[in-house]
Amino acid sequence: MEMAAKEIFKEKTNKALGVNPDDARLTLTYFSLAFIVLFIGGTLGLLQGLNRAGLLELPAWFNYYQVLTAHGILLILIFTALFMVGYFYAAMSHTLGGLIPSVRKMGWTALGLMLIGTAMVVITIVMDEATVLYTFYPPMQASPWFYIGLVFIVLGVWAATLGVFTNAAIWKKRNKGQHLPLLSFFAVGAFLLLFLGSIGVTIEVLMLIPWAFGWTETVNVMLSRTLFWSFGHTLVNVWYFTAISAWYVIVPRIIGGRLFSDTLARVVVILLVILNVPGGFHHQIVDPGFTEGLKFMHVFMSLSIAFPSLMTAFAMFAVFERTGRKEGAKGLLGWVKKLPWGDVRFLAPMIAMIAFIPAGAGGIAQTNNQLNQVVHNSLWVTGHFHLTVGTTVVLTFFGIMYWLIPYLTKRELTPKINKLGIIQTITWTVGMLFMSGAMHLVGLLGSPRRTSYTTYGDNATALSWDPYLFFLAIGGTLLFIGVVLMVYIVFHLMFKAPKGNTEFPIAEPEDDASTTPKWTERWGLWVVLAIAVISMGYLVPIVDLVVNAPPGSPPFRTW
Amino acid sequence: MKLHRYEEIWLILGVGILVLSMVVTGYQTFAQGLGPPSDTDQIDPQKVDETAPFDNPGVFEVGENEYEVVMTLQAFGFTPNEIEVPAGAEVTFTMTSKDVIHGFQIAGTNVNAMVVPGHIQTITETFDEPGQYLILCNEYCGAGHQMMSTTITVY
Repeated sequence: MEMAAKEIFKEKTNKALGVNPDDARLTLTYFSLAFIVLFIGGTLGLLQGLNRAGLLELPAWFNYYQVLTAHGILLILIFTALFMVGYFYAAMSHTLGGLIPSVRKMGWTALGLMLIGTAMVVITIVMDEATVLYTFYPPMQASPWFYIGLVFIVLGVWAATLGVFTNAAIWKKRNKGQHLPLLSFFAVGAFLLLFLGSIGVTIEVLMLIPWAFGWTETVNVMLSRTLFWSFGHTLVNVWYFTAISAWYVIVPRIIGGRLFSDTLARVVVILLVILNVPGGFHHQIVDPGFTEGLKFMHVFMSLSIAFPSLMTAFAMFAVFERTGRKEGAKGLLGWVKKLPWGDVRFLAPMIAMIAFIPAGAGGIAQTNNQLNQVVHNSLWVTGHFHLTVGTTVVLTFFGIMYWLIPYLTKRELTPKINKLGIIQTITWTVGMLFMSGAMHLVGLLGSPRRTSYTTYGDNATALSWDPYLFFLAIGGTLLFIGVVLMVYIVFHLMFKAPKGNTEFPIAEPEDDASTTPKWTERWGLWVVLAIAVISMGYLVPIVDLVVNAPPGSPPFRTW
Repeated sequence: MKLHRYEEIWLILGVGILVLSMVVTGYQTFAQGLGPPSDTDQIDPQKVDETAPFDNPGVFEVGENEYEVVMTLQAFGFTPNEIEVPAGAEVTFTMTSKDVIHGFQIAGTNVNAMVVPGHIQTITETFDEPGQYLILCNEYCGAGHQMMSTTITVY
């Protein structure tokens, strides 16, 4: 009774006050920039796909590897970072009753830092001074300004992180004894993981800057590589983290259901934070310099990330079934028909979830030693992350746009845009099916990733890959159409859609749900555990790489 | 926290599969000697040409039906680039890089390893089928990366 009264009160205040316009402006600025970046990155992706299939020759002044570097950094680093900050700041603003003014300032500062960083990175890439790809492995040496740009991007991310922590801490102080609302809890977890994951790469970049200026002569190649991967894969899981926050909290509400379990969702958040960072080591399974025993331990550490994902898979389908049955579905799979397939706010994240079944299975496969050796650095890997990030994460992001932008701009999603959204979602799905499918298959046959069009002197084996690469190009073209549609939809919802009231959909717990235990809020303990797990994974190899290092490498510029 | 009974079964099955895959991987690695390439030897990356065995790259018969290929990788090629070995022979590739990071992959086989400056990498393969195999670099190494390939002839 008391709960219900409180809910009514909250609803009333939200209706009276609505969204805070200052907070809405912050998030909408982030989203505008994110989708401009998506458009540029998507265009570059199309150029790459066409080149890789041998259908298009890129000019020397803007070559394949430059395009690839820009595509990777713009989409993996910038688009996702902008989206994540915009989304979680809106989530905090809604669930915590508005952002605290100092936090809003941190949000703007973060944006400024990220934009300065992005500008430096993009300029050096366009000038062909930093054609080193998203991984920027030394001893390939980019312009020092490229690395300094990366530092600014990280500082921006950290400023946003500080804002999230500050807002959560102040809310906790003002609301003693209450649990942080679930969506804000996700925000804290995701930014904590992002922070923990970015420490290693920051150390790496700070070592590369003096080397790039010529102040130090050589660089420790394997140490840099290891520090990079402590970040490189964690980052991907941060975006996944962002996506599942919407699966747990938003999607149940959209289909007219309730939360599966508040406690379980929080446990998943905690596990993702604790287990994730050492997961990147599986990128180094076929590297020299590490013993088989160490690599085997890391197979285990990588696989452990699958555990919270298995919990998520169960929770999501349990929500679907439970909701369907409440509406009178019968039989084993009758609930499938009860789901709102014609609602793009549901369809996009649902396809994202379905895509995660093969995507996650592929991830588990390539984590293991021998299977990794088969697919390492082949196009399979590129196919894998276009399925995980490009489909699972990005389709969920798209799905969020259909209600979050109208909510922020006080507009409505019209049936027409809903229909266009469904067309967009299907175009994207089919495009990914072609592109990622072709990449997986041709990768198994040995076609390498990160390579421009080549037949290796008309080698028979390499020529047999061509049909697959053709499908890759078709998929890439469909995806580009998908990008154009999505960018149109986002800006239409921002400026053109009719005025109206759109809800921020937050699912409530079931009436008979058990209360969430207090220990879920013990962040100090989770941080200590996370550091323990990170140390378990990285202390031995990093100390060994530092103490027992080979003579360093001088810089090379091979492009 | 109370878990639903079906959820318990699901998680037990899931974790069971993960553990099983660990057991298989561990058995292959430690009992069958099929571990990933993990050489821990080091070298000065600026003195590759004067350090044995890389001062004399080539194909060497080191035992009965056993060959060693001493190889250096550099932008954008493999030395030696003419490799011939008989079918059924056990071939060990001993490699290092003279400049940036390269990848060593033989298409159609499980031979796949990173070759990093400062480190020596070894990988062993037995080619049962005669034919010509494509060797390529699968880590971006610069503007000519797509040209970095050679072949190995198994007779």
